[in-house]
Order: sequence, then structure tokens, then C-alpha cells
Amino acid sequence: MALLELTHVHKRFGGLHAVNDVSFAVQPGQIKAVIGPNGAGKTTLFNCIAGTFPPSEGSVHFNGQPIEGLEPHRIASRGLSRTFQNIKLYPGLTALENVMIGRHCRSRAGFWAGMLRLPSTFREEREIRERSLEYLELLGIADLADSEATSLAFGQQRAVEFARALAAEPTLLLLDEPAAGLNIYETAEVARLITTIRDRGITVLLVEHDMSLVMDISDEIVVLSFGQKIAEDTPHNIQQNTEVIRIYLGEDDAAD
Amino acid sequence: MARYLPLALLAIVVIVVQQIAQWSDATYYLTQLTMTAYYSLVIVGLCLLMGYAGQISLGHAGFFAIGGYLSAMLTTHDLMPYQGNALFKALGSLGLLVHQQDLFGASVLHVTPWAACIAAVLTAALIAFCLGIPVLKLKGHYLAMATLGFGIIIFRVALATPLFGEADGISEVPGFTLLPGLTVSGDFAARTSNYYIAWGMVLLTMLLLSQLIHSRIGRALRAIHGSEEAARAMGVDTARYKLQTFVLSAVLAAVAGVFLTHFNGGLGPSEAGIMKSVRYVAIVAIGGMANLWGALIMGVVLNFLSLRGFFGTYDDAVFGAILIVIMLFAPHGLLHRGILRELKNLFRKNGHGPA
Amino acid sequence: MAPELFVQYLMAGVTYGFIYAIVAIGFNIIYNTTGIINFAQGEFVMLGGMLAISLNGLVPLPVAIALAVAITMLIGALLEITFIRWLDRPSVLRMIIITIGLSILIREVALHVWGESVRALPYFSGNEITTIAVLGARVSPQILWVIGACSLMVGTLSLFFRYTLLGQEMRACAANRMAATLCGINPRNMVTFSFMLSAGIGALAGCVMSPITSTEYSIGTGLAIKGFTVAILGGLGNSMAAVAAGLLLGIIEAFSVSVLPLAFQDAIAITILLIILFVRPHGLFGRKDAAGLKEF
Ligand SMILES: Nc1ncnc2c1ncn2[C@@H]1O[C@H](COP(=O)(O)OP(=O)(O)OP(=O)(O)O)[C@@H](O)[C@H]1O
Ligand SMILES: [Mg+2]
Repeated sequence: MALLELTHVHKRFGGLHAVNDVSFAVQPGQIKAVIGPNGAGKTTLFNCIAGTFPPSEGSVHFNGQPIEGLEPHRIASRGLSRTFQNIKLYPGLTALENVMIGRHCRSRAGFWAGMLRLPSTFREEREIRERSLEYLELLGIADLADSEATSLAFGQQRAVEFARALAAEPTLLLLDEPAAGLNIYETAEVARLITTIRDRGITVLLVEHDMSLVMDISDEIVVLSFGQKIAEDTPHNIQQNTEVIRIYLGEDDAAD
Repeated sequence: MARYLPLALLAIVVIVVQQIAQWSDATYYLTQLTMTAYYSLVIVGLCLLMGYAGQISLGHAGFFAIGGYLSAMLTTHDLMPYQGNALFKALGSLGLLVHQQDLFGASVLHVTPWAACIAAVLTAALIAFCLGIPVLKLKGHYLAMATLGFGIIIFRVALATPLFGEADGISEVPGFTLLPGLTVSGDFAARTSNYYIAWGMVLLTMLLLSQLIHSRIGRALRAIHGSEEAARAMGVDTARYKLQTFVLSAVLAAVAGVFLTHFNGGLGPSEAGIMKSVRYVAIVAIGGMANLWGALIMGVVLNFLSLRGFFGTYDDAVFGAILIVIMLFAPHGLLHRGILRELKNLFRKNGHGPA
Repeated sequence: MAPELFVQYLMAGVTYGFIYAIVAIGFNIIYNTTGIINFAQGEFVMLGGMLAISLNGLVPLPVAIALAVAITMLIGALLEITFIRWLDRPSVLRMIIITIGLSILIREVALHVWGESVRALPYFSGNEITTIAVLGARVSPQILWVIGACSLMVGTLSLFFRYTLLGQEMRACAANRMAATLCGINPRNMVTFSFMLSAGIGALAGCVMSPITSTEYSIGTGLAIKGFTVAILGGLGNSMAAVAAGLLLGIIEAFSVSVLPLAFQDAIAITILLIILFVRPHGLFGRKDAAGLKEF
């Protein structure tokens, strides 16, 4: 059974048809990429999946259950975690605290427990802290744990966001342009990281403009253009696809 | 453990102040300090709501008034005429009613302060809950106006309802015996014990709230403030936490209202006025929004000065002016580490003329 | 209900409705250029009335009113220049608190200058017992002054925003601040103008209503809440709809007097405000997705 399944998903903003009848499935253990020119609707598609807003039409199934129209926090607690294209860390919180928020849906202490600081709360809090530190270590930024997250360098902020998303122990991770703004070393590091977490059993759906990264690591690629899916195939076949090449060459001409 | 240091300090200051007042024969200060303590409860509750959950409320005097008025009404309104009523018989047999003699020796029947207090606080919580569900969906100006509107309605109701004494308010509110020998009242003899009751409550509240803001929920609240979208994406049920914080801060305001009313022996509609709500907001802003201790300190200083009549007829004007000055020059409040740098930047920027 | 009584209530409702609409338009003008709600809007109405009353002893009534409006506009401009102009992209919360602070300060200054007493301008034509017949009911001619002056203001404003260069510049600024700046419009000046303009119309409304409603230092908050209710009812930023919404609120309030105690009259507006905020925050007449667009 597919882990994530989109069927005829549409999203309209007023007159703009940002996502137009997109269907595809993500199998467990896959790394799947969504590519397409700027404004193709990739982020909008992610937002429809993660519940930032509901799709205008169509359905999204996660683990066989419909999730379209659910609140984002409910979707998150079912095991879907994400990063943002334009990094969204919490200002005023340290890097560690940012990652600790990632463990929110894996912990339980409520208002009373927090106020009274019961022994169970104390233990849970320690567990949250330790696990969060582990994820910072995995990302190689454990030494930055106590720095204010939004004051870090760009690449480090991306790493914190990555760690935050992982701390939720998702079954499906949505990454929106994880390598944007990173240098080639950092990009290689991201590629390595994505395959590592896939090997740990986390399914990955990512949006990325860096073609070599996408071609290297993904098992399958979906191509969007003007909101529509125009191709879905293995990296090898996508590279041969004339329609895809036309779009990308066309875009390159316009961009350069 | 550094978290508990300020609490210990506060406890010491509270004791030292009382001792000094005792020695120097200035125990009359304790009365204002007691009132200040109760207002501080409203302020730290509002600080949690505004600073940590990021939701403004211009109606917190309304919750204070709900607590104060209900408790005053229940403990002073004569229930003798309803004595035959089955409901009141049941209440009586539960020990929730007391017989007393009024000034003229006639026998009157009231609700006991404990029962009244619980009823008042529960009512405030319920109203906050029902109001919070729709109101907290709003943002910015809309939220400000909606809570302001709520505050005005409470004020109008207090002013127009005979049961609440209309413009005169309610007086002759009896003392509230918490434990045998420990009564919240304005009795001269109970001045010192009341001072400790009030500050004990502040200490307890500060303990609970400072543990809360360092807990999983507190972290989530700060995350909501920073980026609501990202908080939701990480599984934080923002609507629910905002609502719970709203109810919690309303409960604190109502508790403060109940206790202060018993301490003062009454209250009037001005306690429900918009200026009171604005004043609470002002103090939280000056304290630095997300800064419980800052709010507490500013609350104590300003309320104490205000209660001592330091600002004279300019009381409201002073609060208005403070609000503007702080928001213009130090929007992160006075009591935080970056304040000097912030002010310096401000003057440097102005030195170059408007950008 | 007797027909005369009905007409009387209706006229009272329309009168108040126009005043609320003017306050709402004042909100809208500032909201459109700055995106902030000026909580001190009601204070402009109070200032207009109070200044005209004080000046009326010294100069003839029309001059007193003109001066009062001019002074209030000046105050509006000064407030903007001193407290708002130089802030660099302030947060909404900060602006709310600053304008609340301003409204408190203005009110307190008014209290110290004019005291707590209730004052009123003389009736513009005739006196308090003069009445004229409208649809079979006897109403004060001042009501016609209010309705006339307010409709005139609404008309002039819409012509101003449509056909004068300054009005068009203000609209451009409201629609897209960045683009307007690129066209050589100084958005800061537009903000100052918008404060002057809404102070001016508020003050004029404060003058014409004063003979009927009286003026005291504390009327601002109530008017601000009602004006805001009307602005929201009509859809924030939409001034033509504000007139319709104002009349609606005024008439509802006027007729409510026959069923509810007077003390709860304010509560009606607020209840409407709360309901509308909960169910249709984009207003009765606005469309949901159009709520984001702020055209005058
Ligand atoms: N919340 C929104 N409201 C209105 N329009 C939106 C919204 N979000 C996105 N759009 C529009 O939808 C279209 C698709 O945007 P989207 O951000 O999904 O593109 P993208 O494929 O992620 O592009 P990029 O590669 O630049 O990130 C764009 O035209 C955008 O302007
Ligand atoms: Mg995108």
C-alpha cells in the first residue's frame, strides 16, 4: 500500500489554478522528488498535503487514511513532518529548543503537568532534551545547541530545521528545497543525510531545484508545470523526457 | 535551578519589607502592598497570554470584575426570601449557606465565601472558554476590538444591574476565611496576615507559571508566538493552547478579583472599566511582554505608586504616556538585557535624521 | 407602533447612523494608507465638538466650527508626525498600543482643559424646541443638519478620492505602497494626510452632532467602538459600505430603545460587533477573498 496517495488534487487561489489535477503515490521507503519551474505549484502541493490549507478538490491519503482538510497539527501527529522553503524557525528560542518543539507530538505533558512539574513531566522533559540533542548531533550542530536559532548562519538554520523535522520521528518527511542557498559541500552533505534517513526507514518527498542532487538520490520524480503533472518516472527516464527538457530549457532561456 | 532563585529572592524581599514596615511603624503601607499583590496576579496572567501566547486582551478587567462582583453579590445578597425553595434547601444542607445577623439584628442568609469564590472563578473560566473559542480565531486589531468589546459589555452590565449595585457597586462584603484563623479581610488586626496571604498567592502563581513557561506547553506557546505556521506543522495544537492560556489568565484575574473584593470589603464598576484593562496591558508591555518577572516588577512599582496617589489626578494620563513612550522607544520593555543597546541604536538612528 | 413614533425613531437612527459612518470612514482612511486601526479616532470627534464649543463664545458659530475642524486636523497631523511617522515597520500590536495610548492622552488633556461637564453647541437653526415636520413626525432641524453635513462629507470624499491628484495618490498608496513610491509618491506624506483627513471629518461630525447629543471629554471610546463596528460591518476599508452599515446600526439602536433599557444600548453595538467578527470578519458586504484588497 502506498504511504501517501494524492488523487486529483486541485488548489485554486481566486482565479489562479496553482495545483491542477495532480495524482501520484509515494511508496514506503522511497525518496521521491517533485520538480518544476518556479511557480509551478510545488510548495502549494506540499501545503495541501501538510494541511496548511485544504485542497480545493481531490483527496490525500496518508497510511490509507484520508487527511485532506485535517488541521496541520493532526496530520503532524500522524507521522508527517516537514521543512519550509523559506526557513521558519522560532525566534527567541535556542537551536535546541527549536528541535525540542519537533518532539511536541511525541510527548504528552499538558498544562497542569507543566505547572506542577510532576516527576513524570520531569522525566519526559529530560527525554525530550536528550533525543533533541541526538538529532542536533546527527546534523553536526550539537555545539550550537544554546545559540539563538534565528541568529545562526543560513546553512546552520537549515540544519536546525532539518533536525526539528526529524525529531518528530516522522514516517514521511516533506523537504521543501533542502539545498536552496547551500554551497556544494553543504549540498553534498544534505544528499548524504537524506539517504541516511531513508535508510533509517523514513520515506522522503522532496522539492528541489538542484538537478544533480535530485537525479542522484531520488527513486522517482514527479514533474509539475503550471500546476499540472506532466511526467512521473525514474530519474533516468525523466532525463530523456522531451517534454520535461523543453520546459527546463525554456525556463533556462527565460532565467538567464 | 536558576529558575527558583528569583522566587527565593522574592520571598525574602516580601519578608524583609514586612519587617521593615513593622519596625518603622509604617504598616499602613502593607495595605497598598496587599492590593498591589492582587493586581499583580492579573498582570502575570495577562503576561502569559500576551507575551507567551501572543494574544492581546483589552478585556481583562472584565474577568477581574466577574470574579469580584459574583463573589461580592453571592456573599452579600440576602437569600432569606428563597429559603423555602428546594434548591436553596439543598445548598443549605451542603453547608454552602450561612445565617448571619444584619446591622439591624434581622437574620439574613448568604452563600459562604468559599462557595461564592468557587462559583465566581468557575463562571469566569466558563465565560473565558465560551468567549475564547471564537475570539481567539481573530488576530491583531480584530482581537483587540473584540476583547475591548467584551470588557465594555461587562462594565455596562455592572453599571446597569441593580443586583450589582449599579454605579455604587457592592459594599459590606464579609471577610473570606480561608482556614480557621486566616481571613481575607480589611480588618486592621489582620493586616499582616493578609499581606502574607496576598504575597503567598503571588509566589505560588509565579512558581507555577515559571514552571509552565519552561515546560513542553510553555515552549509550544513561545513557538506559536514566533511562527504559528511552523508550530502547527510540528504538531502544536495552537487553537487549544491559546484557549487554555486564555482561560488560565482569566482564572487568575477572577481569583484576584475575588480576593481583592473580600480584602477591600467591596468593589465598584470602575474595577471593570476599560482604563483598568488598558492599564494591565500597559504594565505587561512595559515589563517586556514575554517576561513574567518584568511584568511583576513593573506591576508592583506602578500599581503601588498609583495606589499611593503618587500620580494624583494624572493617574490615567501617566499610564497613557508610559504606554506611548515605551512602545515608541523600547518596544521590548524596560527590563531586558538589550535595553541599553536598543536605546543607543535609537539615538544613533535619530542622529542621522529620519531614515 | 404609531407612524409618527416610527418616523421619529427612524430619523434618530439615521442621524446616529451617519455619525457612526463618518467615524468608520475615518478608520478606513487611515487603515487604507497604513494598515493600522487608529484607536484614537473617537477622540477627534470629541475634540472637534469641544473646540467649537469653546471658540463659539469668541467668534461666530460657522467660524468656530471651521476653526475647530482646522485645529483638529492640525492635531491629527502633529500626532502622526510625532508618534507614527518615524517608526520603521512597527508591529500591529505596537500600533494598537500606541494609538490606545494616544486616545488616553487626548482624553486626559481634554479632561484637564474642559473638565467633566457636559457641553453642547447651540442649535444651528432655531433652538431645542424648534421642530419641523418630516413625514408627519416632528423632528429637530438639527437632524437635517447632521444628515446633510454627513452626506456632503461622504460625497465630497468620494469625489476627492476619485478625481483629485492627492486623492488618487492616496489610493495608489493604499493599493500598492511600493509601486506608489516608485512613481514618486511619498507614502509618509500620504499617511500624514490620511490622519489630517480623518481628524477633519471626525471633528466636523463632532460639531454637527453636538447640539443633539452633547459633548463631553469621554465620548470618544464609545464612538470608536461603534465606528469600528460599522467599519467591520461594511468590510474594513470599504467606505461606501460603511455608510450603509452605519445606517443599519443606527436604526437598530434607535428601535432597540423601545424594547431594551437605555443602559444596554451600547451593548447592542458590541454584540453585533462580536457576532460579525465571529461569523463574517470580512463584513456584510465584502467578499471573503476581496477582504485582502484594500481599495477605498
Ligand atoms: N497563499 C497563496 N495565495 C495566493 N496565491 C498563492 C499562494 N501560495 C502560492 N500562490 C501562487 O501559486 C503559484 C504556485 O506557487 P508555489 O509557491 O506553489 O510555487 P513553487 O512551485 O513552490 O515555486 P518555487 O520554485 O518558486 O518555490 C504561484 O503563482 C504563487 O504566486
Ligand atoms: Mg516553492
